Amino acid sequence: MRFNALNLLRQAFGGNIGWPEQWRSPDPRSAYDAVIVGGGGHGLATAYYMAKEHGLRNIAVVEKGWLGGGNTGRNTTIIRSNYLWEESQALYEHAVQLWETLSQELNYNVMYSPRGVMMLAHNVHDVQVFKRHVHANRLQGIDNEWLTPQQAQEFCPILNVDPGIRYPIVGAALQRRGGVARHDAVAWGYARAASALGVDIIQNCEVTAIRRGADGAVEALETTRGTIRTKRVGVVAAGHTSVVMAMAGVRMPLESYPLQALVSEPVKPIMPCVVMSNTIHAYMSQSDKGELVIGAGTDAYTSYSQTGGLHISSHTLDAICELFPTVRRLRMLRNWGGIVDVTPDRSPIIGKTPVPGLFVNCGWGTGGFKATPGSGHVFAHTVARGEPHPINAPFTLDRFRTGRLIDEAAAAAVAH
Amino acid sequence: MLLIRCPYCQTDRPELEFRYGGEAHVSRAQDPSSVPDAAWAEFLYMRTNPKGFHVERWRHTHGCGRFFNAVRHTVTDRFLATYRAGEPKPDLEALAREAAR
Amino acid sequence: MTVSFRTASGGRIDRDRTIRFTFDGTAYRGHPGDTLASALLANGVRLMGRSFKYHRPRGVLAAGAEEPNALVSVDRGGGRWTPNLRATQVELHEGLVATSQNRWPSLSHDVGELNDVVPPGVFSAGFYYKTFMQPASAWANLYEPFIRRAAGLGQAPSQADPDHYTHRYAFCDVLVVGAGAAGLAAALAAAQAGARVILCDEQAECGGGLLGERDAVIDGVPASDWAASTLATLSGDKRVTLLPRTQCFGAYAQNFFGLVQRLTDHLPHPDPRMPRERLWKVRARQVVLATGAIERPLVFPENDRPGVMLAGAARAYVNRYGAKPGDRAVVFTACDSGYAAAHDLTAAGIVVSAIVDLRPGPDGPVAATARGAGLDVRSNAVVTGVEGRLGVRAAMVATIAGNGLVGPSERISCDLVLMAGGWTPAVHLHSQMRGKLRFDAEREMYVPAAPVEGSRSAGACNGTFGIAEALAEGFSAGADAARAAGREWSERDWSPVVSGEIVPDGGFHGAVPHDRDVQKVKAFVDFQNDVTEKDIRLAVREGFRSIEHVKRYTTNGMATDQGKTSNMNGLAIAAGSLGKPIPEVGLTTFRAPYTPVTFGAFAGHSRGDLFDPIRRTPTHDWARAQGAVFEDVGMWKRAWYIPRGGETMHAAVLRECRTVRETGGLFDASTLGKIEVVGPDAAEFLNRLYTNPWTKLETGRCRYGLMLNEAGFVMDDGVVGRLAPDRFHVTTTTGGAPRVLAHMEDYLQTEFPELRVWLTSTTEQWAVIAVQGPNARAVLQPLVADIDMAREAMPHMSVREGTICGVPARLFRVSFTGELGFEVNVPAEYGQAVWEAIWAESQKHGFCAYGTEAMHVLRAEKGYIIVGQETDGTVTPSDLGLDWAIGKAKPDFVGKRSLARPDMLKPDRKQLVGLLTVDPAVVLEEGAQITAEASPVKGTAALGHVTSAYESAALGRSIAMALVAGGRSRLGETLYVPMPNAAIAVTVVEPVFLDREGSRLDA
Repeated sequence: MRFNALNLLRQAFGGNIGWPEQWRSPDPRSAYDAVIVGGGGHGLATAYYMAKEHGLRNIAVVEKGWLGGGNTGRNTTIIRSNYLWEESQALYEHAVQLWETLSQELNYNVMYSPRGVMMLAHNVHDVQVFKRHVHANRLQGIDNEWLTPQQAQEFCPILNVDPGIRYPIVGAALQRRGGVARHDAVAWGYARAASALGVDIIQNCEVTAIRRGADGAVEALETTRGTIRTKRVGVVAAGHTSVVMAMAGVRMPLESYPLQALVSEPVKPIMPCVVMSNTIHAYMSQSDKGELVIGAGTDAYTSYSQTGGLHISSHTLDAICELFPTVRRLRMLRNWGGIVDVTPDRSPIIGKTPVPGLFVNCGWGTGGFKATPGSGHVFAHTVARGEPHPINAPFTLDRFRTGRLIDEAAAAAVAH
Repeated sequence: MLLIRCPYCQTDRPELEFRYGGEAHVSRAQDPSSVPDAAWAEFLYMRTNPKGFHVERWRHTHGCGRFFNAVRHTVTDRFLATYRAGEPKPDLEALAREAAR
Repeated sequence: MTVSFRTASGGRIDRDRTIRFTFDGTAYRGHPGDTLASALLANGVRLMGRSFKYHRPRGVLAAGAEEPNALVSVDRGGGRWTPNLRATQVELHEGLVATSQNRWPSLSHDVGELNDVVPPGVFSAGFYYKTFMQPASAWANLYEPFIRRAAGLGQAPSQADPDHYTHRYAFCDVLVVGAGAAGLAAALAAAQAGARVILCDEQAECGGGLLGERDAVIDGVPASDWAASTLATLSGDKRVTLLPRTQCFGAYAQNFFGLVQRLTDHLPHPDPRMPRERLWKVRARQVVLATGAIERPLVFPENDRPGVMLAGAARAYVNRYGAKPGDRAVVFTACDSGYAAAHDLTAAGIVVSAIVDLRPGPDGPVAATARGAGLDVRSNAVVTGVEGRLGVRAAMVATIAGNGLVGPSERISCDLVLMAGGWTPAVHLHSQMRGKLRFDAEREMYVPAAPVEGSRSAGACNGTFGIAEALAEGFSAGADAARAAGREWSERDWSPVVSGEIVPDGGFHGAVPHDRDVQKVKAFVDFQNDVTEKDIRLAVREGFRSIEHVKRYTTNGMATDQGKTSNMNGLAIAAGSLGKPIPEVGLTTFRAPYTPVTFGAFAGHSRGDLFDPIRRTPTHDWARAQGAVFEDVGMWKRAWYIPRGGETMHAAVLRECRTVRETGGLFDASTLGKIEVVGPDAAEFLNRLYTNPWTKLETGRCRYGLMLNEAGFVMDDGVVGRLAPDRFHVTTTTGGAPRVLAHMEDYLQTEFPELRVWLTSTTEQWAVIAVQGPNARAVLQPLVADIDMAREAMPHMSVREGTICGVPARLFRVSFTGELGFEVNVPAEYGQAVWEAIWAESQKHGFCAYGTEAMHVLRAEKGYIIVGQETDGTVTPSDLGLDWAIGKAKPDFVGKRSLARPDMLKPDRKQLVGLLTVDPAVVLEEGAQITAEASPVKGTAALGHVTSAYESAALGRSIAMALVAGGRSRLGETLYVPMPNAAIAVTVVEPVFLDREGSRLDA
């Protein structure tokens, strides 16, 4: 049944008993043409585009828990494409363009809201780095503009632009097309649309082994719900990529870190945009419900604990209170952690692996949500065709051998 | 805030005194120039990143300043052992059995 | 206004004193000991809030932290505005100003209530995912702004918070969380065993449920008296820290707990020097969780009307606060504790019209006692609805027939409906500690399966409900905890005798049956978020099978009470719809904080200048007195430029640069990192850590050192001087100092432990004064006692130890300007004095003081790189044209192997070049991109970017440095820097603009 106002009204008068399941929950078949491991946003998007654009219908998504229960449901939902390197710009801009019509594409309101993402500069080095981004983005046709502190405050009135604070704001880079979306809806929307195209979505199905044939190629997955034969596996298991890939004997250039986020109690609208400060490690937006959504840094050590330390969230909140002094009396309602897998160059790995038939999409670090549609779209191409899409061609695993890194983090590092 | 036992200072100190140093026992070749590219990438970047017992490096930065190694469970963040740099990697299975008792 | 709903006597309020307060502008009176909720009830105020989605009028549901409805904002003036406080937790004080929220124009007339009368079912769970999609731009432009305005609860403060907050670390043998029966007993036992104990409780007064008992007697004394005497005992024990008003909100790894203590919100006139809240970070050897249980509402139509309340809350109001929530009550119960409420209300003078017991007969002794007391007890009965919008007028009561059918309903007039759906153990902290839960099928509740190491649960949070049992369990847990913490104690268990209590027994989960039109009625599960039974069933129907999905789709349990009263009912309804037993559906995760915690409490004193330490150089004050403008570099404040007589930055920098080249200038270089590298193997160590060769560097000479990370990329640079065969003075970039030292220590300790080398950070030991310019020697010479500074005796790149202005010094002849230059290193405490002496001498030669901006320009004229500006972590020595700095003969150094990787050898790597704009007046913008075409089509890959660009006073034109693909083979080419208006044409040149042969340097 289409989601629209008319059906909503019609169903309401009928007691809402006519709504079908948003996605089927079949038992796994014994074999598929391809299996995606990981039922988060990226995995579900991959399956959707494999079915829709590559005509693969005999495919499945297996998820060890519940759909979107990993980082899809644990992030701060920021979307932007104002990255530094052309490779990254192409990847994230591809995603932003898909975001812009994703609700209509999926017939599911994912609440994409281009409210503007503003990145604060606190010193001369920040200004140099952000202006470099602005210029690089303009060349690629990606919007990103430079604001004075006063312009930044006009865009976000609760921002403290007092030049006397410890790390005053000296300017900001604004991507107006950046924004936020409703994270759960992304997973559910892709699941519903993929299921409608025939994709089997199988929850509570944990992969326990990857079976390889004599030629080394993938033959089957052993799961908690039985053996699934398939010659094509796409691993999209953010946080747990190393664990899954180890089943196929592939070592990865990844470390998994806890990443915390938190929300305040809901308040009436005060925050019209997303504000990020890499220098003092804080970012904030306000959800439709009114909660201030705040992201913290990663913990200092690798962990799969999905919690993280008290001092990490404390440090985030002291930064938030410096930038937005009127929120100091608001209260933290909920604090949670995700597990992010981080690559040495802070860029993802999307492509083939040394194991024939095994593909991997991982290493999104703290910024995977924004890429969800684009990541799924190019990975679907990669798994379906056995060759990368031009956009993800640079994001190989092999770059760590050749040294052809795509280092988004290094450029922001402070020195001199 | 983890509490970590420095094997040099022989005291339990808060995490803020320490700096995490990544996977332990990833040793640098004596003669790097003879190492092929793939093996060099392995040394530089490939990490076990296990969900379970992790053998890792820490430095007591704001204490004695020494590097040491630790065995920590990456789900519970529980430390099973810390030992000085240069000492051999402990038998993880034996440690796990001991911890389970 | 007359106080018409006070009980005649009793309670823990101080009836002798009166407190005046206002709610929505109306003045009321209460007593010390009241909460805002109890005082409002005592004043006959029922309507206290509006719900989130439907804006339904709401009264108070609970008496504690679980309250979902009665949320208020409190204004203490001067920016002390706090939204979303639970009226049940706001302690009354003189002059309290509270207002209701989420309503317009007023609480009793709220336009938002229209949401409640749109056709039922339209605003069902997740409706917003199904609409608002056309056209694509409408969501962000039209629907979302409207929804945002309607959503949210209270208003955020509009001023900065003037209050302050503090932190405290604490250590104890036994932390006891919760000071009810079990917690008090645990603390008592642990203290008697000699343990250091911290006992915290979220309420203003310790005692928990004991404070609300009317008839219970413990070992011969009334329960509340027992609590008081126990507290007196504990507070007399110096090993015990009692923390009322302190919520343990989070449990972290290794028995680390976050507690937040409210210090001033309850005071009418707090001392402004007092912190408002204190965050305790407690490391406990052992913890006893005695966090109690939370009563469940019953889910029936109109169960949200003001006047429908939890039975335990009503008991607390009459017994503890002396406030009557109504005059005439119907008690709807599935638990024996409902009967306790009926007795207590009756004793307080409230008419209990009926006890409607959901449970089928036969009646137990509790019901028999009630009947004996003349109460109308109906078993196998339900409340099927409530009349009254702004307050209960009547309850509809019906019997469940043998065939399960309900009805017909009887109307019973009342202004109060109590709900006693049974109790849910508060297992939050146990779960946060990764403790497993076990579903007790018989009693239908989750209880801790086994304690987590270092912890114990006792009392109601462990499923142990009776006071006697809770006391015994608490005592035993406290004693065990003390023993586990290392206290020897052989005390036997304690078996108190308790009489006069009705132990909670029984309960119900899910939605109760009724005979109403399902389509038309709303039976609430999550009161604040307006989640109804139907919403949960709809979610299940739509395929949301995981309880986490149900929660997220319906928002059940996601309100500010975090599902304390709604999670179990929601779970039961979902399980029923799925046809599965509750434990097969599972629980959602319990997350910190237990109740919301003020941001300011986390931040503590980390604000303003204390947000991050400020590092100042020894000559900071001098520079400030000269009018220097500072820039932040890491934690340092560095003089950026030193304007004279109202100069602009542009004018000041040009003047500073010109003066340095013409005669000379002084520059504060103290922030440069300094590391003393000492030991017999020091040279070999540097051979391995830097690209350069060090073995043959003579004592007294310096060399520019380039440091790579293991991946082969430039990570730092600096001048290194050899003071002795076994002693080097290493300098690093300002921001890189800690990183470089850590990098060195890492390799020294873990890769090259055989090397006999010691590293010491000396950054803050030395003040560094750069004296640069043609007259640098002339300025310094008179001040230097025992160093031959002659051109040949002390050539460029040398270092001497001696005395300057009578102070021991290390004098470097080095230059970052291209001029004759020296860097004077003196002990930091002499820094300002020596600076002033040099400054005085330099004035004979017309020197200026110059800042970091001029320094940047001067070095760029010479093509000297700045790590972090010319490099960005992706740049190799060869990219920078620094191959000369690589010791070719060395078998190895950190990063060497990586330089041989395929991508590092490509000819089209970005290489450092100079750029000259065709129009010399145009200064490029740093970060601007470089292309081959003047008008590149969108999507053209840049050839590189401008890393540095300045107006050069010396050259009378602009200069720039850039990283350009294959740049060194493009010398002489014209490239373009596309800007928003037009492209700027540039010529690629060598990145050295001035004095290429170095004659000025060698002067």
